[in-house]
Amino acid sequence: MTDAEIQAAHAQMSNIFGLIEEMQAVDTTGIEPMAHAQDLAQRLREDVVCETNQRELFQSVAPQVERGLYLVPQVIE
Amino acid sequence: MINSSLKQLSSQLAAKKISSVELTQLYLSRINSLNPDLNAYVTLNAETTLVQARAADERMAQGKGGALTGIPFAQKDIFCAKGWRTTCGSKMLASFISPYDAHVISQFNNAGAVNLGKTNMDEFAMGSSNETSYFGAVKNPWNRNAVPGGSSGGTAAAVAARLCAAATGTDTGGSIRQPAALCGISGLKPTYGVVSRYGMIAFASSLDQAGPMARSAEDLALMMNVMAGYDERDSTSLQREKEDYTRKLEQPLKGLRIGLPKEFFGEGLSADVGQAVEAAIAEYKKLGATIVDISLPNSRLSIPVYYVLAPAEASSNLSRFDGVRYGHRAAEYGDLAEMYEKSRSEGFGEEVKRRIMIGTYVLSHGYYDAYYLKAQKIRRLIAQDFVEAYKHCDVIMGPTSPTTAFNLGEKGDDPVQMYLSDIYTIAVNLAGLPGMSIPCGFGSNGMPVGLQIIGNYFDEARMLNVAHQYQLATDHHIRAPQGI
Repeated sequence: MTDAEIQAAHAQMSNIFGLIEEMQAVDTTGIEPMAHAQDLAQRLREDVVCETNQRELFQSVAPQVERGLYLVPQVIE
Repeated sequence: MINSSLKQLSSQLAAKKISSVELTQLYLSRINSLNPDLNAYVTLNAETTLVQARAADERMAQGKGGALTGIPFAQKDIFCAKGWRTTCGSKMLASFISPYDAHVISQFNNAGAVNLGKTNMDEFAMGSSNETSYFGAVKNPWNRNAVPGGSSGGTAAAVAARLCAAATGTDTGGSIRQPAALCGISGLKPTYGVVSRYGMIAFASSLDQAGPMARSAEDLALMMNVMAGYDERDSTSLQREKEDYTRKLEQPLKGLRIGLPKEFFGEGLSADVGQAVEAAIAEYKKLGATIVDISLPNSRLSIPVYYVLAPAEASSNLSRFDGVRYGHRAAEYGDLAEMYEKSRSEGFGEEVKRRIMIGTYVLSHGYYDAYYLKAQKIRRLIAQDFVEAYKHCDVIMGPTSPTTAFNLGEKGDDPVQMYLSDIYTIAVNLAGLPGMSIPCGFGSNGMPVGLQIIGNYFDEARMLNVAHQYQLATDHHIRAPQGI
């Protein structure tokens, strides 16, 4: 972000957090947090192979690959 | 032909009065002439589209056609479609060709439907006006100076302008219902978990849900038959019996109890929208429904709660766009950190960056309990309001949006004003309930008004019945914008 963008974003953020602050007036003592609309647990499945290897296809959309590996700037000297 | 229902199109195709190729070419030529102005589609691929149409004709010739075979649909550009550019309205994915199909796309493909193209949308579905799209705003076919709503604005405009027979949308906080209302069409957000999210680019995973957008409730029901169903590739997809969403359409409404939440008819609702909604309620009384006054006392908190939870989930989901495996990578960079930073700051637009920052902040150590956990607790209170309400009524009705379509640029500088346009829709996503919008008249400026119908969990077939019976008695849904 540029400095000008940061300034504009700061003003807009303050408005948004002003809105969010309305939550603090609510008494939520003893209320269980709700993470899933149906209150269901994650489904488990057998640990078996279900997808075939499509590495070449999936890497065809990558910005930079070499010999089947994704290339990024050097991290370790 | 362009005003025919899906059922009518299907019987015309079956009777060989028109071929799928001819029907597809009709829509492609309409798109060619109207889309340069409306900007409803971001990607077209006539060759691929016509290959599908020819295959559909062959399939029907062999007597293997189904309800949607050969019918041209548009797909919101949030759904990955193999071989199609899939952008999610973002520069980040502006040149991403999807290597696989979303579940929704394969369901349409398996049904023999034709894909006309990908429709414009707010970037990563974050917006209520379609103005955050990297590919430019979409114009409302009813008034080219007005927004179509968002985030499924391209789909809504395409359906209203008869640039497709019907189309898909997704709804995280109102993104099917609000644009449907603003463009005078019908749209359904199903119960969370009914339509698979596999291959649908994630925004807020605990709220995102795909659904159909069309001109009538009957069309929506036929599309639901194709879109809904268990998919093991989405861990939140629900294992349920397959249902026929058209099975209740013809039932009479006598005895239907409609709940009207007092919070949906108070301050902030513009008078003309309120009048149109009340006229619709009066029509329902004529059809045999009774009215029950209800209250959703925590619904006013749905916007603050949503603007904690949705950005929190988005900040996590969008971390996958790092310029390594797919998507935009900056042209020049030094080390790895700079590559991430430049790729992301160039690839994401302003609204997306804003929500990533909010999300990262509310999840950070020291603020997690005060924001994220607090919001999840109030989310339960909001959901409980509905459980209580459904003890006294069968469906809940009210306005979809507090106003008719506003003008392009009107709310551009103030995110909070934009967020407030989803005041009546967000609570439904937080609770995971099904909700829909159908046209119920016009505002003082001649722009369409949407009636929102909220159902209990898995009550889509009943809601479609409620909408269909209204559409048999009224003609709002068959009106077309001028010049269309």
